[in-house]
Amino acid sequence: MTAPLLEIIGLSKSFPGVKALDAVDLAVQRGEIHALMGENGAGKSTLIKVLTGVFSRDAGETRFEGRNIVPKSPREAESFGISTVYQEINLIPHLSVAENICLGRQPTWLGAIRWKAIAERARTALARLDLSIDVYRQLSSCSIAMQQLVAIARALDISAKLLILDEPTSSLDRTEVEELFKKLRRLREDGLGIIFVTHFLDQVYEISDRITVLRNGCQVGCFPTDELPRIRLVSSMIGRAVEEVEPLEQTRATTATIRSMEPVLQAHELGKKGSLSPLNLEIRPGEVVGLAGLLGSGRTETARLLFGVDRPDHGTIRMDRRDVKINSPRAALRHRIALTPEDRKVAGVIPNLTVRENIVLALQASRGTWKCLPIADQIKLADRFIKALNIRTPNREQVLRNLSGGNQQKVLLARWLATEPKLFILDEPTRGIDIGAKAEVEKLIQSLREEGLAVIFISSELEEIVRQSQRVVVLRDRRKVAEITEGEISGHAIMQAIATNQLESPSA
Amino acid sequence: MIDWVPDLIFWIVFCAILFFSRKQRVFWTVGALGLLLLFNQFFTPGFFRIQLLDGHFYGSLIDVLNQGAKVMLLSLGMVLVIATGGVDLSVGAIMAISAAVSSRLLVSEHQPALIAVAVALFISLAAGLWNGMLVAGFGIQPIVATLVLMVAGRGVAQLITEGQIINFLDPTMVYIGNGHLFALPFTLTIVLAMLGVTLIVVRRSALGLYIVAVGDNAEASRYSGVNAKQVKLFVYTFSGFCAGLAGLVACSNIKSADANNIGLYLELDAILAVVIGGTSLQGGRFYLIGAVIGGLFIQTLTTTLYAKNVSSDISPVPKAIVIIIVCLFQSEIFRERLLLYVRPLGRILPWKSARQPENLSRITTHDTPER
Repeated sequence: MTAPLLEIIGLSKSFPGVKALDAVDLAVQRGEIHALMGENGAGKSTLIKVLTGVFSRDAGETRFEGRNIVPKSPREAESFGISTVYQEINLIPHLSVAENICLGRQPTWLGAIRWKAIAERARTALARLDLSIDVYRQLSSCSIAMQQLVAIARALDISAKLLILDEPTSSLDRTEVEELFKKLRRLREDGLGIIFVTHFLDQVYEISDRITVLRNGCQVGCFPTDELPRIRLVSSMIGRAVEEVEPLEQTRATTATIRSMEPVLQAHELGKKGSLSPLNLEIRPGEVVGLAGLLGSGRTETARLLFGVDRPDHGTIRMDRRDVKINSPRAALRHRIALTPEDRKVAGVIPNLTVRENIVLALQASRGTWKCLPIADQIKLADRFIKALNIRTPNREQVLRNLSGGNQQKVLLARWLATEPKLFILDEPTRGIDIGAKAEVEKLIQSLREEGLAVIFISSELEEIVRQSQRVVVLRDRRKVAEITEGEISGHAIMQAIATNQLESPSA
Repeated sequence: MIDWVPDLIFWIVFCAILFFSRKQRVFWTVGALGLLLLFNQFFTPGFFRIQLLDGHFYGSLIDVLNQGAKVMLLSLGMVLVIATGGVDLSVGAIMAISAAVSSRLLVSEHQPALIAVAVALFISLAAGLWNGMLVAGFGIQPIVATLVLMVAGRGVAQLITEGQIINFLDPTMVYIGNGHLFALPFTLTIVLAMLGVTLIVVRRSALGLYIVAVGDNAEASRYSGVNAKQVKLFVYTFSGFCAGLAGLVACSNIKSADANNIGLYLELDAILAVVIGGTSLQGGRFYLIGAVIGGLFIQTLTTTLYAKNVSSDISPVPKAIVIIIVCLFQSEIFRERLLLYVRPLGRILPWKSARQPENLSRITTHDTPER
């Protein structure tokens, strides 16, 4: 075998308090599509950013075409022939395709831009992708998929030898992905090295030659794709041996009693184009339904549809034997559905309101503007939840931004518990909070269930799902692939379902 | 009676207010006003003299209250708009429309003053609603949305007055800006009544909570079921109404409606008043009383400059300097820096008033790092 195109040896990078990369090795050959896999925070982005000179490195070396390189900026990396296409399309929508491709390196003559040369270069770059579109078209008038391809064309324009694609498919639909892959295969034949970062398992197996798995900043291993069974890939990403993730002994409400109850909510063929393929979901009082799947598999999208943040364009939701329309969080609130969102900072915390105000907000919103909750009741309510959920705050009038993440999360839980919901959707309720708070949140979920609430529990941590749920719905690539019922729930079963190829029948 | 006794009483009362507000955000605004008044106490003879004539009080201080009414009314509406993260640039133009409508009805159409006032206020309300629709309904950026009316509003006012300056002598209409109630200018009654009503509405209903929530984190408010559109519609409409009132006061003051000049640049004074009152332009927490006192501060500054015979051509310069100083002192970063160099200040001034207790910083570091 010839010397690899790119060789990274022992690369390390620390941020204050975190070791983001710990002696990571990576080798990419010419004419190879190399998948970089790992959960969120595994260090994929950091690795790419160090490689392209966005971040400086602490240790390790990078050999590119046998030469030692230490790029200090993405521009310098480009000059070596390392080109990156980022997840969000970094192009300028109001410029033409040609301008976007040549932006920052326009051919000039005596300081004047040579528009014809620009168009010519753009056409050449697009031709490498077998594309012939009007290069004078405004970029924003192209489809997202086309914009993605233009971004790749831009990356190729600098005579790239190594192309890094960071989640290029996350905003594309199935046929568009096919199209993209066809172009990538062509580039592979041209002898380009391609690093492909994605969350989608199916795509990795479809296109990549080798897979490098990262976890917690460490390299787990580098495997030829053919020799790595899906289940081993999943387990190496999650960091548990397949046998390790087993259910803990616990008391569960008997399935029989739950089964006999009227469902709180029935979603029939609920879906939205581009975000979730239609799925069926049913949930009964006193039941915790876990939503499992890798990141980007459609878990959060399901929650957003059920809560009315996004409007479904397909299917129906039934509650209390009636079809209901949930078009906004306000409507969800009216139907007594609650949601603590995945991104606490953006969609949950109102930083400069006090703990009390944050707790009463949703309840107040459900009462309308003029029926103001008397201040005495607000105080009572806030104090009750501060005590019940053990929220650590000096007093109830502290502004929320001064509390720790775990306590902020508890305040958000309190905000929704105050509305006495029938269905509580918890999207990653334990992310980014410390162990103690985590245990408290888990205990809370169980006690809610015992009180007869229906809970949808979304988590990336398999153990949590296994521990908490009576039923687990497994999602992959924005579709429901399996439903695992009580008694069969185990880490192995979930991983199996996540890993199963779409073409096979989902086994539980 | 000895000359300095009333002054002394004034200052004792003022210091008491300052003392009781020492833990409030409004302390800085009141303090700034105090310093300005103190300057006048020593350097502007007769500034504090108040005379009783025909049962009415007269004097520079009373003038400040009367003349400041416009900005105070505007800032009352503006502070709520700014709290939701927006801004209303059209208030000056709405003032002109309100003045034009009322005087046209009064003079050309021979309508009774009450009808003229009611129609003018209604139209101002509608103008505010228009702003609110653009911002809340169509998602246009507040600056752009209100800029439309800021520019077009004066044209509308010109159309209504048919390009004329309309003079009027109707006693009811004149009373609004020149009359006295309880020996004090009637305008003061208007301001206090509006402040009172606003305080009650904002504090007794959930509106205040919604406004802060929407301004602080609109997305999270939506997730919590707050109807952000309704909230925004309300604040812009209310701001329009306040501007309408201010317009009536303005034209009544001079007994004529001049569509070109009524309320000119007052939107900027109103925004400044809100900022001096302690409300951040980023939205969130807002300070109603602070905004009104901020308006008073600006008027006091203007009157002071008049009293010191600063020509109106250059008066914006000292005005700007004073306002920059006030804003600097409201900035926590500036205060912390200053404290580094002038340590003893920390002992006499409540520097920490707007900050949170120190011991909390430990709690906030518990998070596991998110990468």
